[in-house]
Amino acid sequence: MDTWDPFVLARIQFAANITFHILFPTISISLGWALLFFKTRFVATGREHWMQAYQFWVKIFALTFALGVVSGITMSFQFGTNWPGFMNTVGNVAGPLLAYEVLTAFFLEATMLGIMLFGRGRVSERVHTLATLLVALGTTASAFWILALNSWMHTPAGFEMIDGKAHVTSWMQVIFNPSFPYRLTHMLIASGLTVSFLLAGISAYRWLRHDRGAEVLATLKVGVYAAALLIPVQIVVGDLHGLNTLEHQPAKLAAMEGIWHTQKGAPAVLFGLPDERTQSNRYELAIPKLASFYLTHDWNGEIKGISEFGGQHPPVAPVFWAFRIMVGTGLLMLVVSWSNAWRMRKGREMTPWLARVLVAMTFSGWLALVSGWYVTEIGRQPWLVYGVLTAAQAASDVPAANIALTLSLYLVLYVTLLLAYVRVVFYLARKPDLAKQPLHHAPAGLQGSTTQQGAAG
Amino acid sequence: MMDLIPDLSQPAGWLPLAFAGVMALSMLAYVILDGYDLGVGVLLRHADDGEQKDTMIASIGPFWDANETWLVLGVGVLLVAFPMAHGVILGYLYLPVALMLVALTLRGVAFDFRVKAQASHKHLWDRAFQLGSALAGWSQGYMLGALITGFQDGIGNRLFCALIGLCLLAAYRLLGASWLIMKTDGRLQRKAVGWAWSSLWLTALGIAAISIVTPWVSSRIFDKWFAFPNLVLLLPIPLVTVALFVLIARSLRRLPTRLEQGNEYGVAVPFAGTIGIMLLAFYGLAYSLFPWLVIDRITLWQAASSPQALMVIFYGVVLVLPVIIAYTVFAYRVFWGKSTALAY
Repeated sequence: MDTWDPFVLARIQFAANITFHILFPTISISLGWALLFFKTRFVATGREHWMQAYQFWVKIFALTFALGVVSGITMSFQFGTNWPGFMNTVGNVAGPLLAYEVLTAFFLEATMLGIMLFGRGRVSERVHTLATLLVALGTTASAFWILALNSWMHTPAGFEMIDGKAHVTSWMQVIFNPSFPYRLTHMLIASGLTVSFLLAGISAYRWLRHDRGAEVLATLKVGVYAAALLIPVQIVVGDLHGLNTLEHQPAKLAAMEGIWHTQKGAPAVLFGLPDERTQSNRYELAIPKLASFYLTHDWNGEIKGISEFGGQHPPVAPVFWAFRIMVGTGLLMLVVSWSNAWRMRKGREMTPWLARVLVAMTFSGWLALVSGWYVTEIGRQPWLVYGVLTAAQAASDVPAANIALTLSLYLVLYVTLLLAYVRVVFYLARKPDLAKQPLHHAPAGLQGSTTQQGAAG
Repeated sequence: MMDLIPDLSQPAGWLPLAFAGVMALSMLAYVILDGYDLGVGVLLRHADDGEQKDTMIASIGPFWDANETWLVLGVGVLLVAFPMAHGVILGYLYLPVALMLVALTLRGVAFDFRVKAQASHKHLWDRAFQLGSALAGWSQGYMLGALITGFQDGIGNRLFCALIGLCLLAAYRLLGASWLIMKTDGRLQRKAVGWAWSSLWLTALGIAAISIVTPWVSSRIFDKWFAFPNLVLLLPIPLVTVALFVLIARSLRRLPTRLEQGNEYGVAVPFAGTIGIMLLAFYGLAYSLFPWLVIDRITLWQAASSPQALMVIFYGVVLVLPVIIAYTVFAYRVFWGKSTALAY
């Protein structure tokens, strides 16, 4: 048992929790706005299929939201249980940001969700639309606060250290710290892309099952066009975010690019196996000078290498690979969304082949998003707050056995819930009349849905 | 005790006190509000059929999520306003906290999965709902026991914590049953009267156990309660508590015949009475513990963050909390009355 390092276990536990958690807010942030869009289209046009789209997707929203809430509660406890040194050192910065998230976002979205889900018929249509808007606003406000804190951990600003504790000198600088605008935009667009591919993928799945009503075609179109519009913007924003990283966290950038030694005219490494021991990439495949060009806009610009940072650099291989997975998925998204948008131009029919590709990419947003987060979070190591506090300094003294026990408990739970979630999303898509018939939390509707299942299955 | 309390006219004095108040009230709101949710979850296994289960869950469906947020606020305030105590308390409670989190996760996701997964899986998610509710309630009671005994180790303490776990679960069950008496009708409503009745005694035992044990944990607490004239001034607390128990018991005895005749008079009495008991228990507990966050070890001022950081949050609390309370009241009004089948 004592061969287990509690620090490593605590990190794995935290990484597992935060990875599981981020999957769900990513969907609920943009799906909330998509629902508002469906609802307002219905109110504006009076066309029933927009309400059917709303009624189908609100079920997925509710499920996603619940998973986000419960995993978020776990997070709020683990800040303290796993990293007590974090609050002790930078609590004066992190505390108010977290408090504002709870006060301005959590209560709003949780309370309005009840009205949004169950209140139709009890409140006026206008109040119901307002509740939908407030839920979407709440999820986005939550992203604002938590990304302000996360960005501050990467590019801390607006504070001074007194007796080893951070004290705020300017809240504007704390919140709007150098990486915040880039990270927030990058994350919100990532959420938009995740939901676009989810909408498109599930709609394509229904289309393939010959469930081709106006509602399915509408959500398919919304998904494909939103993805096609968002992905080029995301590529530009991602590039700007990368330049911001080059400026503030050069060690992370060197790991992303796999550049070991400072050089002028650095190559863009497409493939390679980073080797910490020899400080080089094995089997490297690279395009000469390209990295210098897109990072410094000069073919001979100088890029700092990993060796420049002594021991204070992140583990190279995970950052290097996660970055390639993210970029690869992004490029795939570009190809798929544009070819679909082209195919569907002027109201033409979808092809089964393209629909299958969309189904395969239903959760591609998650892959790009999680690998992107790994790039930025692992890339910050060994720091917890860049240049201020290392993760090791913030660790707790909880015994390894306790962490191992709870970690295995969480892992079993998360894997089960993740599988259940994906299965249920596709299961809901298989019940063809679901959108037309409200889902009851009481027997009448349930019998309805079981018979539908029988008919469909 | 006066030497423990700094000058309250200074921000470093009154701000931590204000936040201790916000934290305590959030926890109280959580225990009452999510208490009835968890109580209904525990009672699920006594339902006659799936229809009753659906009605029971429909009665808490629109509320549970916001109810649970009070826990996030309470723990959030502990984390951001009293970081030093947060480390000590959650370090000691590491395992019960983990158990509670897993349990709350199960309960929370079961709300959705039970109606969305394949019909053949529904009973599994109902089980998860019950198990999650029961374990969450028990582990919270365990933590309450630990708070009262000052987070000390030892088998006796742990057993006491485990007992308080059962008693808090009974209190939640009482709250849940009284909630169902108000929010449902027919057979389920009459069954709920029986459930409330069977929860009453363990709830009373829990409050008695806490009242007896707390003064013996610390001589300071003993003196606070039993020195003259405090004793006389505090006597109304246990007396009113006993009176409320009698009131609830009487109401539960009369309700079945009244409900039989379709008379709804007094259906809210058990719920209101239980909340009254919880308020008094809470007041007694706060009186015992003040000004300690960890009995005889850490006061709330010793554990507090810097006044500057607290001030920033204080503005937020003063501005936003009334708004939160206003829209919470609005949501309860929207779903006022007997719960109907929920559909969306």
